[in-house]
Amino acid sequence: MQIADKTHSAVNMIKTALERAKKYARYHIFTSLNEEAALKKAEEIDRKIKNGESVGHLAGVPYACKDNFLSPEGNTTASSKILESFASPITSTAVKKLEQEGAIMIGRTNMDSFAHGSSTENSYFGPTHNAKDFDRVAGGSSGGSAVAVSLDIVPFATGTDTGGSIRQPASFNGIYGFKPTYGTISRYGVVAMASSTDCVGFFAKTPDDINLLMEISNGQDSYDLTTLPDYYNNTEEKTTKKIGVIKDFDNDKVAPEIRTAMKTKLSQLSKKYEIVELDMPTLKYALAVYYIVVPAEISSNLSRHDGIRYGFRADDCHSLDDVYRQSRSLGFMPENKRRIMIGNFVLSSGFYDAYYLKAEKVRTLIIQEYEKAFKQCDYILTPVSPNPAFRLGEKTDDPVSMYLEDIMSVPLNLAGLPGLAIPAGETKDGLSLGLQLIGPRRSDKNLLEFSKELE
Amino acid sequence: MKYEITIGIECHVQLKTKTKLFSEVDNDARGKSPNSCVSPVDYALPGMLPRLNKEAIHLAVLAGFALNSEINLESRFDRKHYYYPDLPKGYQITQLYHPIIGAGYVALPDGEKVRIEHAHLEEDAGKLSHFGSYSLVDLNRAGTPLIEIVSMPDIHSAKAAHDYCKELWRIMTFAGVTYGDLYNGNMRFDINISLAKPGAKQLGTRAEIKNLNSFRSVERAVEYEYSRQSKLLDHGEKVVQETRGWSDVSGKTTSQRSKEEAQDYRYMPEPDIPPIRLTKEYVDNIKQELVLLPENYRKKFSGKIPSDIVEILLDYPQLVQKLSGISEKYLKTVANLFASVLLAEENSSLLNDELPSEKQLEDLCEMKEKGELSSTNTKEVFLKFFDPEMHYKDTRAIAKELNVIQENDSGELEKIVDEVLGKPETQQAQADYRAGSEKVIGFLVGQVMKASRGKANPSAVQEILKEKLK
Repeated sequence: MQIADKTHSAVNMIKTALERAKKYARYHIFTSLNEEAALKKAEEIDRKIKNGESVGHLAGVPYACKDNFLSPEGNTTASSKILESFASPITSTAVKKLEQEGAIMIGRTNMDSFAHGSSTENSYFGPTHNAKDFDRVAGGSSGGSAVAVSLDIVPFATGTDTGGSIRQPASFNGIYGFKPTYGTISRYGVVAMASSTDCVGFFAKTPDDINLLMEISNGQDSYDLTTLPDYYNNTEEKTTKKIGVIKDFDNDKVAPEIRTAMKTKLSQLSKKYEIVELDMPTLKYALAVYYIVVPAEISSNLSRHDGIRYGFRADDCHSLDDVYRQSRSLGFMPENKRRIMIGNFVLSSGFYDAYYLKAEKVRTLIIQEYEKAFKQCDYILTPVSPNPAFRLGEKTDDPVSMYLEDIMSVPLNLAGLPGLAIPAGETKDGLSLGLQLIGPRRSDKNLLEFSKELE
Repeated sequence: MKYEITIGIECHVQLKTKTKLFSEVDNDARGKSPNSCVSPVDYALPGMLPRLNKEAIHLAVLAGFALNSEINLESRFDRKHYYYPDLPKGYQITQLYHPIIGAGYVALPDGEKVRIEHAHLEEDAGKLSHFGSYSLVDLNRAGTPLIEIVSMPDIHSAKAAHDYCKELWRIMTFAGVTYGDLYNGNMRFDINISLAKPGAKQLGTRAEIKNLNSFRSVERAVEYEYSRQSKLLDHGEKVVQETRGWSDVSGKTTSQRSKEEAQDYRYMPEPDIPPIRLTKEYVDNIKQELVLLPENYRKKFSGKIPSDIVEILLDYPQLVQKLSGISEKYLKTVANLFASVLLAEENSSLLNDELPSEKQLEDLCEMKEKGELSSTNTKEVFLKFFDPEMHYKDTRAIAKELNVIQENDSGELEKIVDEVLGKPETQQAQADYRAGSEKVIGFLVGQVMKASRGKANPSAVQEILKEKLK
C-alpha cells in the first residue's frame, strides 16, 4: 500500500477515491459517501506530514466500510429500513483501530440487509452489481466492499463474514477476502448477525495488504469477551508440507471451470507439496446446521430492533403490540423475516432439542472433523462456492438454491477457522473464479504468508 | 386444615455492585434522574456486547455460601426472550441450565429448613410508568445484577412463607450482598402456591403470585390464595395454572396470564459471554469473607439475651454486629436499650451507621450498675450517643453535661435529708411514718429527690430516711 508516500498527498488520494466512487455510482456500491469528513481528515494528515509529525501506518489511505460497522460518520444502516436513519454515537473497535493508523473511510458499502444473503440483493437500497459483469450479482453479504476494491476505488475495504460473506463476494469479484479465526478481531460495534460465527475481515488485492490490516486490527478487546488473547503478531514460522483437498467438494454440482481451476492450482502445488485427499463426511450437514444455529442467533440479536429506542418506528400505531408488529414488518426485508421466523421456530419450546441442540452437537462433530483433517495436512484448498457469480434476480425467488451457494463457505464459520479467498483466474466469459485456503485455528498469519505460493 | 398448602418461593435479590452486570455505568440509581445511569449496552444499541462485572460474580459466590450452597465452578449464561419496553435487547441474560449457585438451604428461626434448589445470576429489567395515553421507560435499573434464589416446595403455611422471606432478607443483608431496601425493590418475591388433600401423593395445580415486595404481603397473599383455592376445590372446580398479581389495597390476587397465554421464552445459550470458570482457590477465598449470619447470632446470644429481643434486633445487622463486641455481662442491658429505646417509634430517626462505641455502651452499663445513673437517665444518656453534638464524647462526660449523675455519697445525701426533715411541710409525714404508716416514706423520698434536683439515688435516700426515722 502506498503509505504516507510523499509523492501522493492524502487529499489527492481521497479525492481520487471519491471521484472513482462517483464514476461507478451505477454499480450501487455505497449506501453513503463520507466526502466532507474524509477530506477534512486528509487535510489534517497532509498537515501533519508537512510538519514532520508522525502519522500511522495507513495515513491517508482511503477505505470503504461495510455499512454494519458503527461509526459516528454518517448513518449506520446495515442496508435496512429499520436503521436507515440510525446515527451511532459509538465507533466500532475495528474502525477505531484502522483510523488510529490514519485510514480514512470514504463511504459505507452496500450489503444484504443485516448481512442476510449471498448476493447483496437483499439490501433495502437495492443490489450492488458485479465488478466484472454488470448483469450479475456482487455476491454477499459484503458485496459493496468487494466491488469497491475490485474496481480500484479503494485499496481495501472492511467486511464481515458469518457464513462466507467476505470470501464469496471476494471470489465473485476477483480479489482477496479474508475471514480470520473467530475472535481475532473485536466484534464490538459491529451490527450483530450471528454472534458465534460473525467475524470481521478484509478485502484487498494482495495477501500482504491483508496481513498489514490484520496486524493493525487484531487483538483482545475488553469490550468483546469472545476475542482471543493476542496471538496474531507472534505466530511462529511454520513449514508447510501437505495440502488437503476435500473429496466430497469435487462433484458435478460444481461448475466445470471451478473444478479446472482447482486442478490447475493443485498440480502447481503438487510440485512442492504432498496433496492429501480428505474424507470429511460430516461436512454435508454443515449447511443444515448453519441454517439452524445462525437463524436462531439472528432472531435473538434482531430482537432489539423494536421501534422503541432508535431506528424506524411505524406511524399510526395504537398499541404496544402494534408498534412492534408494524415497525418490524415494515422495517425488515423479507429475508430478515424469513430468518427470524426460522430462528424462532427452532428455539421454540418443544423444538429446541430436536433442532438447535442437535445442530450444536453436529457442530461439535464438524469441529472435530476439521481437527482430524489438520492432523493429516497443513492447509485445505477448496472452491469458495460451487458456481461463479449468478445473474441478478436468478435466485431471489428460490432461497434454498441461494443457501446452497454457501455450502463450501459455511463449515469454516461453524468451526471458527480462518479462510482466505484467493483469485483463481476467470471463466471464458470473464467471470472471476476464486479458491479458498483454510487453516487450523490461529494459523492466520502463516496462512496469509503461504497463500503467496498460489499467486 | 382441610387442604395441605405447598409453597415454593423465588426471590430476586439486587446485588449492591458499583456498576451494572454487563456495563460500567453506576448501579446505584437512588435519587438520580430517569435514564441517567444507562450505557449503550443497557439500551441495546446495535453491535453492543456484554462485559462481565467481576464484583457481581464475587457477591453471587458470597450469597451462595450464605445459603449453605455449593458453588458451581463452571456456570453459563442463557438468553430468555420476550418483548417489552423494559427489556431493551428483547432478551434477558440469565442462567437457565448452568447456574452459579447450587443446592443449599435456609434455616428458619424455629429450626425448620427450607431447601434451596439453586440460585442464578441475571440482569434486572428497566421500569415502566404508565400514564393515560402513554408510558415512560426508565432504564436505570436495566442491567442491575440480580440473583434469583429458587426454593424447593418446602413451605407449608403463610407464616412460614413470611418467615422464609424475612430470613432470606436478613441473610442477604447480613452477608452484605444487597442493600436490602424492600421499598425500592431490592428484593422481590414470587410465590408458587398449590393445595392438595392431606396425604395426597401429587401436588395440586399451582398459581404463581408475582412481584411481592414485603413480608406482610407475602403472608397475606398466601392466606388469600389458600381461601381462594380451597373455595374452588370445595365446589369441585379446578385451580387454573396461571400467574396472578397481588394488590395490597384490595388484599386480593387477580389473574394476569394463564398457562396457555404463557410466553415461550425461546431460551438459548448466550453466545457473547464465554462460560464463567472459577478456581477453587478464588471461591475458597470468598468463603473466608463470610460474616456471622442470623443463625450464628441466635446461637451466640442464646441464654444471654431473650430470644424475642434477638429476633427484633436481627432486622438490624449493624446493631447485632455491635452487640457481638459487648462484654457478656452487659449484653442484656445493651440489647434492651437497642430494642426498647433506639428502636422505639419516636426514636426511629436516630438509627444510622454511626453507632456508639463499645466503650461508650459498656461505660453506660457500668454507671447504671453502680447506681450512678437511674434507668431514666441511662436512657437519656444513651440517646445522646446519637446526637451529632455529643456522640464523640465519653459516657461520663455526657452524663456530667446533662447533670444526671446520681448522688451516692451518703454524707452529702444525709445533709439533704436533714434539710428536708427540717422543713415544716414534712413534719406530718414524719409523724405518720413513726405511727406506722410506712407508705409515706415514698412522699419523703420524693421530697429529697426534688431537693437534690433528681440526682440522688432513691434507694440510698430511702435507706437513710429509714435509719433517721427509727
